Amino acid sequence: MSAGTRLVVALGGRLEPRPRRARGVARRVLPPLAVGVVLIGAWELYVALSGVSSQIAPGPGDVASALVRDRSVLLSGAGTTLEEIALGYAIAAVVGIGLAVALSSWRIVERALYPWLVVSQVIPLPALAPILVLWTGFDVRPKLIVVALVSFFPIAVNAIDGLRATDPELVVLLRTLGASRRQVFAIARVPTALPYLFSGLRVAAAFAVTGAVFAEWVGSTGVGLGYLILSYGNQTATADVFAVVVVLALIGVALFALVGLAERVAVPWWRASE
Amino acid sequence: MRLEAEGLAKRYPEGVQALADVSLELHEGEFVAVVGPSGAGKSTLLAILAGLLEPTAGRVLVDGAEVGAGVLLGRMGYMPQRDLLMEWRTTLGNATLGLELAGVERASARKLALAEFPRFGLAGFEDRRPSALSGGMRQRAALLRTFLAGRDVLLLDEPFGALDAITREAMREWLLGVWEAERKSILFVTHDVPEAVFLADRVYVLSERPGRVAAVVDVDLPRPRALELTGTPAFAALCERLLAPLRAQARAELGVVS
Repeated sequence: MSAGTRLVVALGGRLEPRPRRARGVARRVLPPLAVGVVLIGAWELYVALSGVSSQIAPGPGDVASALVRDRSVLLSGAGTTLEEIALGYAIAAVVGIGLAVALSSWRIVERALYPWLVVSQVIPLPALAPILVLWTGFDVRPKLIVVALVSFFPIAVNAIDGLRATDPELVVLLRTLGASRRQVFAIARVPTALPYLFSGLRVAAAFAVTGAVFAEWVGSTGVGLGYLILSYGNQTATADVFAVVVVLALIGVALFALVGLAERVAVPWWRASE
Repeated sequence: MRLEAEGLAKRYPEGVQALADVSLELHEGEFVAVVGPSGAGKSTLLAILAGLLEPTAGRVLVDGAEVGAGVLLGRMGYMPQRDLLMEWRTTLGNATLGLELAGVERASARKLALAEFPRFGLAGFEDRRPSALSGGMRQRAALLRTFLAGRDVLLLDEPFGALDAITREAMREWLLGVWEAERKSILFVTHDVPEAVFLADRVYVLSERPGRVAAVVDVDLPRPRALELTGTPAFAALCERLLAPLRAQARAELGVVS
């Protein structure tokens, strides 16, 4: 028992809350769930009371039935979009991490490339999309490039920050123990960089979904969730548009959670030390 | 291994003169302390002896032969002020760092380290992360890492500086116990005069920046030493002798007439 917990006990606090795990989960899940219920309830109430047309503002019930009605189209659309997201994201991760390692290892590479890294991000994507389509056609390739382009930046920047964040005194200590540059990299730099990298990966996961939807708007061959939004929008099938949005939100949340899970496995000391 | 410093001086590129003229000797199996106020260049001195910095003037000799920083780097057991334990490794993984970098096989490195855990008061914490250790345990883990690296000379930079007074005292006695069993040469840097007297065979007093040797005092107190020693008149007299040159300078700086 540490001095701190002993004090807590002495002051009348309980040391171990009994059903610890179940309570922790409930505490984490219940508040957002309550907010969701309230929001959906308010939405339904507004639609019912205001008498607004369901083409302008469909209620949650309309959206739910659209989800069921369109399920096969939504599912195949989600498959296409997920594929674009997954491949584009994977490219972004490889390129982003590779760039970060190169930039943080050689000063000259950093000086040469960092400004261009920034330039690649300040160009508005909508300006680039039609050109990408012209150059690479209407197949899946331009979409991968767009997804990769929007998601590699947070990955690269966070990884660079992380690789630079190594405690300089730790590097000194490792050198007195006879460590080579490579050993310093493996023993100190990479583990220090991992939490930063995962922050970038999480942001990039959210960006990737946006990137995929946008890419489909610009150069679609009639597949994917982005295309479905356009198509339903043109038909003023508003409830169906909302159904697509719900699926996209689910994909985004799932990706975010997946990265969080990977982080827990790869960086167990990080959350534990909080 | 005998370590000597002759007339070491260090001026940093920004113009700060950290060390002016420091000569000292550390013989095989000796415990030598360097005591001085903050800014006396104590850490700079250790960094030079560890081969991390080139002195601006003066030289370092090992067994009578002059050696450059390139040779010194990696030969000294250097322990900086902060414990620098890596949170992504267990206590055991941190302790075996030096062995690992020396190319010792993982299994035998672990075996060697595990055998030392009880003596370093870390038994039961082998697989815990550093954040689970108390301040004193962290310092002992860092010392274990330094000891296990297997160097003959240990350069310790205020290892107990961040600990509370009671833990500090206990750690001093414990360190002497470990040292008496191993008889490695230790150069121990501190700003705490009683700590230096309690631990060392000989104490070098550094003046304020730029650091130079203001006094050298041999500590002829019998060994093994226990904490009770600090209450004896002989101990107090030695502390007084060491403090005198430091006091004069501190007073002069504050404009106090003594």
